[in-house]
Amino acid sequence: MHGFSVVLSPYTLMLMFVGVFLGIIVGVLPGLGGANGVAILLPLTFAMPPATAIVMLSCIYWGALFGGAITSILFNIPGEPWSVATTFDGYPMAQQGRAGEALTASFTSSFFGALCAVIMITFIAPAVANFALSFGPPEFFSVYFLTFCSFIGMGREKPAKIIVSMMIGFALAAVGIDIVTGQLRLTFGFTELLRGFNFLIAVIGLFGIGEILLSMEEGLSFTGKSAKISLRVVLETWRRLPRFWGTALRSMVIGCWLGVTPGGATPASFMAYGVAKRTSRDGDKFGTGQMEGVVAPEVANNAAGTSALLPMIALGIPGSPTAAVLLGGLMIWGLQPGPLLFKEQPDFVWGLIASMYLGNIATLILVLTCVPFFAAILRIPFSIIAPVIVVICAVGAYTVSNAQSDIWFMLVFGVVGYLFKKLDYPLAPLVLALVLGDMAESAFRQSMLMAQGDLRIFFSNWLVGGITGLALFALFWPLISGLLARLRAPKARGATT
Amino acid sequence: MRTRRILSCSAVMVAAAFAAAPAAAWEPSKPVEFVIPAGQGGGADQMARFTQGVTAKHSLMKQPVIPINKSGGAGAEGFLDVKASKGDDHKIIITLSNLFTTPLATGVPFNWKDLTPVAMLALDNFVLWVNSDTPYKSSKDYLAAAKKAGPGKFKMAGTGAKQEDQIITVAIEKAAGVKFTYVPFKGGGAVATQLVGNHVNSTVNNPIEAVAHWRSGKLRPLCVFEKARMPYKKKVTSTMAWNDIPTCREAGIPMDYLMLRGIFMPAGVSQDVVDFYIGYFKRVRGTAEWNNLMENGAFNQSFMTGKEYVNWVAAAENTHRELMRGAGFLAKK
Amino acid sequence: MAEHASSRKGLSIRAAEIAVAFLTLALGALVTYTSYQLGSTWGPDGPGAGYFPFYIGSLICIASIVNLIQAAAAGHPAGKRIFVEWDALGRVFAVLVPAALFVVGIYLIGIYVSALFYIAAFMIWIGKYPWYKGLAVGFGVTFALFLMFEVWFLVLLPKGIYSVLGFIGY
Repeated sequence: MHGFSVVLSPYTLMLMFVGVFLGIIVGVLPGLGGANGVAILLPLTFAMPPATAIVMLSCIYWGALFGGAITSILFNIPGEPWSVATTFDGYPMAQQGRAGEALTASFTSSFFGALCAVIMITFIAPAVANFALSFGPPEFFSVYFLTFCSFIGMGREKPAKIIVSMMIGFALAAVGIDIVTGQLRLTFGFTELLRGFNFLIAVIGLFGIGEILLSMEEGLSFTGKSAKISLRVVLETWRRLPRFWGTALRSMVIGCWLGVTPGGATPASFMAYGVAKRTSRDGDKFGTGQMEGVVAPEVANNAAGTSALLPMIALGIPGSPTAAVLLGGLMIWGLQPGPLLFKEQPDFVWGLIASMYLGNIATLILVLTCVPFFAAILRIPFSIIAPVIVVICAVGAYTVSNAQSDIWFMLVFGVVGYLFKKLDYPLAPLVLALVLGDMAESAFRQSMLMAQGDLRIFFSNWLVGGITGLALFALFWPLISGLLARLRAPKARGATT
Repeated sequence: MRTRRILSCSAVMVAAAFAAAPAAAWEPSKPVEFVIPAGQGGGADQMARFTQGVTAKHSLMKQPVIPINKSGGAGAEGFLDVKASKGDDHKIIITLSNLFTTPLATGVPFNWKDLTPVAMLALDNFVLWVNSDTPYKSSKDYLAAAKKAGPGKFKMAGTGAKQEDQIITVAIEKAAGVKFTYVPFKGGGAVATQLVGNHVNSTVNNPIEAVAHWRSGKLRPLCVFEKARMPYKKKVTSTMAWNDIPTCREAGIPMDYLMLRGIFMPAGVSQDVVDFYIGYFKRVRGTAEWNNLMENGAFNQSFMTGKEYVNWVAAAENTHRELMRGAGFLAKK
Repeated sequence: MAEHASSRKGLSIRAAEIAVAFLTLALGALVTYTSYQLGSTWGPDGPGAGYFPFYIGSLICIASIVNLIQAAAAGHPAGKRIFVEWDALGRVFAVLVPAALFVVGIYLIGIYVSALFYIAAFMIWIGKYPWYKGLAVGFGVTFALFLMFEVWFLVLLPKGIYSVLGFIGY
C-alpha cells in the first residue's frame, strides 16, 4: 500500500501516461525497442527522484510490450521479437476484417499476463529469485530444447521443407563470432557479417517485405481492407474471451516461468503458442485466424516481460536488453540492484511494483481506446501504405545495429520470404531457429565444457532432468498420441501427423 | 565613399574573425556518436550511458551524446566502424580490452594505431571471487583445493573466449600450476550469477559486476589483480572495504591486470578536436556522480592523455600479445 | 488461382521449386564446407566451433536433394501449375526495383530524402495519384520520421554521402 502513495501524485501519474505513450510508439516502430526508449529518456530522469523516474521508465517498458503486437496484427511485421508468434493468427484475423477483435484480444491478454506476473512479484519475489539462481547452462539448454520440441512437428508442410527452413535458421544464427571458442564462423571475411544476422532484420524482411511482394503479385489489395472501427468491438470481443481461460492460464505459467529464468519473452511466446495449438480443440485451425492463437503468445510474452524485471531487481541480472538499460539507470541514481535493494530502498522497490499495477492499467486503457484508430489504418489504400511500410521497415532494419548493409539483407530476406511462402516452405521454424539457435548452442556447449563432454549432465538433477524429460515427451507426443488413437480406434487410419 | 566604408568595415570584421579563430576552440556542431564495442548492459555500455546522463544533467556539452552499441564480432564491428570514419569529428569510442584481444584472436584487421587516442578515463580492476558457501578464505586455500581436485575439475566462468577473463585464468593456471575448465558466458552479469548459483567454482569479475552479490553475502573476494591494494576504505559490507582485499601478489600469484576504459577517435582529426574532448572528459570526471561510480565500482582512477596515454596503450598491447601468445590464443595466419 | 492458371503463361511451380532447391543446396554445401574447415569434430570437452554448423549444412543439403527429386519427379501434378504469371511477376518487380533504388538512394542522399522520393514515386506511378498528393504524403511521412528519430529519440539515421540536409545542421 505504501508504494501506491509514492506513485499516486498527479505529477507521477502524468509522467506515467507520457511513458506509456512513448513506449507504444517505440513498440510499434520495428527496430526501436523498449531499450531505445528507456535509454533515450534516461538522461531526462536525473533531475527526478529515483522512484518517480523508474515509474516513467517502466511505463515505457509496458507500452513497448503492449505495442509490439500492433504491427504484427495489422501488417504481419513484428515490432519486437516476442511478437512473432502473434502474427501467426493475428495477421490472418486482420485480413478477414477482424483486426479490431485481434487487437482487443491481444491487449486484454497482455494485460492478464502482466497482471498475473506482477501479483507473483508482489507476493513471492524472494522465493522466485532463488529459483532463477538454480539455472545453469544445462538448465538453459533444456528450456530451449523444450521450446523447440513443443513447437516442432505441427506443420502441414512437407518434412524436407520444414527441415530446410529450420536448418537455414540455425545456419544464420551461427554467423558471427562463436562465443565458446572466440572464432569467427561463416563470415567469409566480410565485415558486414561479423555481427551475425539479427533476428529482427530477418523477420522484418521475411514477414513484412515478403507480404508486400505477395499482395503486389495478387494485385487485389490496391484498395484498403474493411475494418470495423467502433469501440463496440472491444465489448464483443470481451464477451468471447473468457472461454479461452485454460489457454490463458497455461500461457501465463509458461510466461512467468521463462521470464524469471532469464530465458525471456521470445521463447515464452513460441512455447505458449505451441502448447495452445496442441491442447486446443481447434488446434488444427491455428494459423488461419484463431483468437486463441493470439491470446496464447500475448499472455505469455507479457507475463515473461514483466517477471523479467524480478531477477533484475532482486539479483541484478537483466532479463532483457531493456532491463539491462534500466539496470544501468539504477546504478546512475546511486541505487545498487541486488538482494539488498528491498531492504535499503523500500520506497523505490514498492513504488516500482505499484507502478507495475497502475502502468498496466494505464496502458490497457490507452491502447483499447485506440483500437478503432489502429484498425482504421488498414483502410488506407495499398499504394500509399506499401511504400510507407517499406520505408519504416528500412528505418527499422537500420536502427537495429546502425548498419546500412542490414537494409540490403532485409530486402533479400523479403524475396526469400516471398519465394518460401509461395512454395510452402514454412517460415516459423526458420525464425524460431534463428532466435534460439545460438543461445541453445552456447548453452549446450557450456554444459559440455562443464561436464567434460558427458551428456548425462542433462539428467543430473531433478530440475534439468524434468525439463529434458518433458521436452522429449513433447517431441514424441505426436507418435504417442498416434499410437493411443490407433489403440482406441484400430480402424481409423492416417489421422496422425 | 559609402561602399568603401562598408568594404573596409567588413575587411576588419573578417580579419577579426580570423584572429579570433584560434582562440574560439572547436565545439561539436551536431550530436556526438559514442560507439560502444560491446552489448547493452555491460561495463563499457554503463560508462557510456552514464556519460550521456551526466552530460545532459550538467550541460557539459552543447550537443547531446548518443551511445550506439556495435558489439558484433567481439567488438570488431565498432572498431572497424570508427576506423572507417576517418576525419569524423563527431564520433568517439570507449574501449575494453577487446581493443587488443579481438584483432589478436580473430585476425580482424584493425589496431589502435588506426585510431586517434584521446584519453584514459579509468582502469577497471579484476577480482578473484568464490561463492561464500565454500570454505575457501584465501586464494591460497582455493588454489590448493583446485590443485588437489585435479586438472579441469574446478570451473572458472568468464566473459567471452580469448578475452581478458580467459587471459587472466590462463595466467593464474601458470602461476599456481593448476588447470581450470574455463566456461565462457556472454556478459559479466551472467558470469556473477552463475557463481552465486554455484554452477561454477570461481570468476574474475570486475568489482562493479559482483559488488551487489558481495554486499548481500553471496560472494567472497579472494584477491585483486593489482600491484597495490585498492584505495577505497569505506566499508562495503559490514566487515570489509575494497581496501581489505589483498592483492594476488601478496597471495603468491605474480599477476596484475587492469582493463582500459579509454576514449579513442577516428584517425585524421585535428588536435583542436582532440583537445575539446579531453576537456570535456575532464569535466565529466569532475562531477560528483562520476566519483560515486568510481567508488562503487572500485575503479583505478588513472587519467592520461597525449604522449603518456599513447605509451601506456603501446605497452598494454605488447603485454596482451605476450600473454596471448603464451596462452596460444593468437589467430592463425 | 492454380486451377485456371494452366492455360496462362508464367513460371511453372516445378521450375521455381527446382531453382529454390538448388539455391538451398548451394547454401548447405557452403555451410558444410566452411564448417569442415573450421573444425567440425567433437573434442574432449564438447563440440568444436564447426560441429553444429557442419551437420546443419549437411541436413540442408540432404533435405534440398529430397526437395529437388520431389520437384523434378515426372508426372507430379503440382509441376504443371503456374508459380507466378509473367505480368504478376512484373508487378513484383515493380515493387522490388524501386525498393532497391530507394536503398541505393540511402547511400547517396540519405534516408529521408530518398524516402520522400520513393513514396512519392510509388504513389504517382503505381497508385496513379496526382503528383501533389504523392509529394505531400512523402513529405509528411519523412518529416514525421525525421522528428521522431532525429529530434526526439536522438537516433541518427544515415544522411548519405551527399547530405542534402546539411543546411539545417543535420
